[in-house]
Amino acid sequence: MSTVTAYPTGGQFLLEDTAPADIFTPEDFDETQRMIVDTVREFIGRSVTPHREEFEFGKKVELGKTMLQEAGRAGLLSVDIPEVYGGMGSDKATTMLVTEVIAWSGSFSCWHGAQTGIGTLPIVYFGTKEQKEKYLPKLATGELVSAYALSEPGAGTDALAARTTAVLNAGKTHYLLNGTKQYITNAGLADVFIVFAKVDGENFTAFIVDRDSPGLSIGPEEKKMGIKGSSTCAVILEDAQIPVANVLGEIGRGHVVAFNILNVGRFKLGAGTVGGCKVALEHAVPYVKQRQQFGRPLSDFGLIRAKIADIAARTFVSESMVYRTAGLMDQAIATLDRDAEDFDRQIIDKVEEFTIECSMIKVFATESLALAAEEGLQMLGGYGFCEDYPLEQIYRDERINRIFEGTNEINRMLVPGMILRKALKKELPFFAAAKRVADDLLGPPAFEEAGEPGFLEEEARLVAAMKRSCVAALGFAAQKHGENIKDQQEILSDAADMVMETYACESGLLRALKKASAGGEESARLMADMLTLYIHDAMDRVAIWGRNVLAQSAEGDELRTMMTGLRRLAKHVPVNRARLHDAIAGRVVEAGRYTV
Amino acid sequence: MKIIVCVKRVPDSESRVNAAADRKSIDTQGVKFVLNPYDEFAIEEALRLKEAAGDGSVTVMTLGGDDSKETLRSALAMGADEAVLLKGQTSIDGLGTAEKLAEGIRGREYDLILFGKQAIDDDNLQVPAMVAELLELPCATVVVELQVADGRATAKREVEGGHEVVEFALPGVVAAQKGLNEPRYASLKGIMMAKKKPLEEVDVGDAESRLELIEVTNPPERSAGEIVGEGPEAVPELVRKLREQAKVL
Ligand SMILES: Cc1cc2nc3c(=O)[nH]c(=O)nc-3n(C[C@H](O)[C@H](O)[C@H](O)COP(=O)(O)OP(=O)(O)OC[C@H]3O[C@@H](n4cnc5c(N)ncnc54)[C@H](O)[C@@H]3O)c2cc1C
Repeated sequence: MSTVTAYPTGGQFLLEDTAPADIFTPEDFDETQRMIVDTVREFIGRSVTPHREEFEFGKKVELGKTMLQEAGRAGLLSVDIPEVYGGMGSDKATTMLVTEVIAWSGSFSCWHGAQTGIGTLPIVYFGTKEQKEKYLPKLATGELVSAYALSEPGAGTDALAARTTAVLNAGKTHYLLNGTKQYITNAGLADVFIVFAKVDGENFTAFIVDRDSPGLSIGPEEKKMGIKGSSTCAVILEDAQIPVANVLGEIGRGHVVAFNILNVGRFKLGAGTVGGCKVALEHAVPYVKQRQQFGRPLSDFGLIRAKIADIAARTFVSESMVYRTAGLMDQAIATLDRDAEDFDRQIIDKVEEFTIECSMIKVFATESLALAAEEGLQMLGGYGFCEDYPLEQIYRDERINRIFEGTNEINRMLVPGMILRKALKKELPFFAAAKRVADDLLGPPAFEEAGEPGFLEEEARLVAAMKRSCVAALGFAAQKHGENIKDQQEILSDAADMVMETYACESGLLRALKKASAGGEESARLMADMLTLYIHDAMDRVAIWGRNVLAQSAEGDELRTMMTGLRRLAKHVPVNRARLHDAIAGRVVEAGRYTV
Repeated sequence: MKIIVCVKRVPDSESRVNAAADRKSIDTQGVKFVLNPYDEFAIEEALRLKEAAGDGSVTVMTLGGDDSKETLRSALAMGADEAVLLKGQTSIDGLGTAEKLAEGIRGREYDLILFGKQAIDDDNLQVPAMVAELLELPCATVVVELQVADGRATAKREVEGGHEVVEFALPGVVAAQKGLNEPRYASLKGIMMAKKKPLEEVDVGDAESRLELIEVTNPPERSAGEIVGEGPEAVPELVRKLREQAKVL
């Protein structure tokens, strides 16, 4: 049994300082994890890339099933499955690493994500022993393909408005399911579906539904703008007979399954999109190195270097927040008794403590990939617009990430919503902190130290200022609006952006500091440059969002006083972006890909 | 069937390798090291022979420092049963390395010793043949097909313009060429199991060298291409340059 008892909980980063040594970073990966990365790459190189043309452009969606089976042989479907059921029972950091590298497989990443994440984890975390024994070993090998069927034509973001019903038959042996699930990934070839339906039209419940259940049929493949190799169909249930033994979790507790699984799905999508950013750079950077215009390679030009550096910096902070969060979860999970009978179930309760981080990562990293795809394509000019070059596909495929696993809008609502919920439940001393910051801001300005800041000192000061801005703005808005803040969507969205930028910047800062303390400041030079480049603009954005939050919460003198305090926090001497762009791009261009 | 496979840790062919400041070695900063690709064919062949025989063992062996343990574990992850690290430095002189390997192999039980035909770092192509000589064993190099039955091996070798088939009594030494098979890659299970497999360490000391390393240099920088002109008018100038400057005509 582990002896660890205390660990930082979700959202705590906002209120407390974290020591660089305490966070997990990609630099902490060991030999085993490096070997796992090699295996994922081998798998993609042998089983996915050779079929790119027919898979991504030829509507040969069914290839995904063969690929899944080959991934199963390599062990790539078993990372999160407990060892007793034929899996590896890995930590979250390893799961995220595999997910990240799978991004190199294009549309196959949807097959993999739906199978290993939302399609398998409900059974891992909520299944009975019998259900686990029956399904998990086959899901681990790819013998069974799975899908997660929550969305409906009338219930997308508002998933709990589902109209699919489940009624127990007279013999009490089966539930009869009726309804339509829509846009279900893997549905075309899936053998097992996790379906959500309301028992007696009321009690939201999860079911494990076999494809050959009488009454189940699958709609045609959707014609999508991207991830064309993935399967997306409706699942139609007409008096579909589901044995009572296939109820997953408790009746009426389907929302617990649905939201917990979506939470993990979001986190994994974040890791996947970090991989996507690296893929985009890996195609765009060699191109601009070789493409000549005006007698010089494009990579010599300032505006191209700016794009490379901006993508790299945003990738760096995204990656830092993903692995930091994986480390936080692993730390929390390490406090559990591995031999406990309900160990798997307890894992998901630990993961749930980090819903704030999961939503932030989903939004932030998918928007990082949006930048990488947009600017990556632009770097290729007209060639980027043509199918012969991978940026065209990356650009189309990227779009869905901001829509599924909870749209970025709804995830933005969740971030401050959950912070305030944790505050009300006294899990986070948020209001006390908000009061302290407000008192400080209204008080006389603190004495400012003069002199040149040392290595990352200014950035550390900015992170502290960002945290205080978040706490001040959200705390003030919560106090002014009370209960009604839940209807102030623009406040919530702006607050979410403030908090996300803060978490991203702090994660990058701590990672660079950790690297510097292990290998010296020079070894962390590129990380430090990327953070410096990123954080100065981030501070200004935080200030603008903060200003908007305040302006929606007060007026007149009160607003003016708060604004003075906020402005004082956000004050900073700007940096020479061109110099940083040049230094960062120099390193990335030399490597031909993302590097730290 | 007991098989020993000798392997080496080498820089990944995709890493950019530069001469170190001392010009006596390469700069390992940022270089990824991997199992020598030709050795993967040897390991794969060993695993297939063992699987076909239904019993036996595959032992991977290397001469090197602690870093080489990672290479050995990669081989274990592919499916080898056990590993031996002969602790000592390899030498640029193939014979020095061969002597240490032969020393490590002597006294062990084996039917077959497999190698990759060359290590892609110093490209010496010496060690398999020298180990065979030191152990007084038959040796087939550049092998693209191998059959083993009743204590004898038949090996198809690649030779200029064609193939050559040789046969010899076991034990013997075989050096694998690309094409011998398609090496498997480690499954995640294999990787986890590799950590639990035996890895023996034997101090053998550094390999001797009869060669002295004078200098390691990078290939000359390629200068940028030149556009001579456009259309048919440019042809005479192009021919002139090819003849006088590049001296290829
Ligand atoms: C390719 C693909 C694969 C998918 N895979 C799966 C799957 O495997 N399983 C599954 O169950 N589902 C899946 N989905 C469904 C997906 O999760 C939903 O499309 C998504 O949740 C959005 O729901 P919706 O499309 O009904 O949009 P709506 O909910 O109608 O939203 C439309 C717009 O309104 C916004 N909006 C909605 N509510 C609010 C609010 N309260 N406040 C502010 N703005 C709001 C949204 O953010 C969005 O911008 C998939 C969808 C696609 C396209």
